[in-house]
Amino acid sequence: MSVIRFVAKEFLGMFVDDGNLALLALVLVAAVAAAVKLLALPPLLGGALLLVGCLAILLQSVRRAARGTKR
Amino acid sequence: MQTLTPILSTVTAAFLASFVEVVEAFTIVLAVGVTRSWRPALTGAALALALLAALVLVFGPLLALVPITVLQFVVGVLLILFGMRWLRKAILRSVGVVALHDEEAAFSKETATLNQQANDRRADYLAGLASFKAVLLEGVEVVFIVIAVGAAHGQTLYASLGALAAFVLVMAIGLAVHRPLARVPENALKFVVGLMLTSFGIFWTGEGIGADWPGADLALLAIFAIVALASLAMVRWLRGTYPVSAGGLAR
Repeated sequence: MSVIRFVAKEFLGMFVDDGNLALLALVLVAAVAAAVKLLALPPLLGGALLLVGCLAILLQSVRRAARGTKR
Repeated sequence: MQTLTPILSTVTAAFLASFVEVVEAFTIVLAVGVTRSWRPALTGAALALALLAALVLVFGPLLALVPITVLQFVVGVLLILFGMRWLRKAILRSVGVVALHDEEAAFSKETATLNQQANDRRADYLAGLASFKAVLLEGVEVVFIVIAVGAAHGQTLYASLGALAAFVLVMAIGLAVHRPLARVPENALKFVVGLMLTSFGIFWTGEGIGADWPGADLALLAIFAIVALASLAMVRWLRGTYPVSAGGLAR
């Protein structure tokens, strides 16, 4: 049982390092998918929003990490 | 060209990502083998490989039951999370915020731990367990990468070949030089893999929500180029704005 728990914990760790980055990425994907499916946003525009949004989230995450480092 | 693009990118992504993981697992197995003996090292590694094979055999066929758009969306989202995690760490390592991963240090640390356990009656068991854990952990990542980059376009075979090539290459180099592969530019590899996995993730999530990317599969190259340029710009900007005096925090 502990092996399964151990693997499950490590598996989750594969996707989540900075919790804020993972959460914002999931919110972005959910918002874009909802806009495409419910608000008739053109899917290609949704794809472009995903690209720009992911880069913005990444920038915010690395900037926060760099600012938080003790110098 | 439009069929060659996803095959080449799938093989390359699986090869590079697996190469990094296999190097990490090999370092620990080598430390166990050299410090204790090869029997627990190889037994632990073999048991972990058997468990990984069982996981693939159990969960692999289930993927065929999932509709392709759902699979692309789910795999795409997981790849975005997985790829951006690698990319974030690679960027932070490039600017010195996070310390570079050191295989020599990992080897020394594992060797020291095993030496401390040498007088323990369970020394062989503990050594085998260390080998088992290392191969299982890194192997789970390899399995996910192979399934993720292969399944969304029905190219699991090509992804598996990429991973197998990485495994064979690391074993050949490692056994030839008989030491951890400390000279592998791991952060550069992780940077490229992070770029590729993030690009795959955005491409497939887009397809999953119904986007017809211009140029079909060739759009993957354009997305990769945009993500790469943006990431390099982030590195440059962070270096200029937040210069780090020390070697970064070890993580």
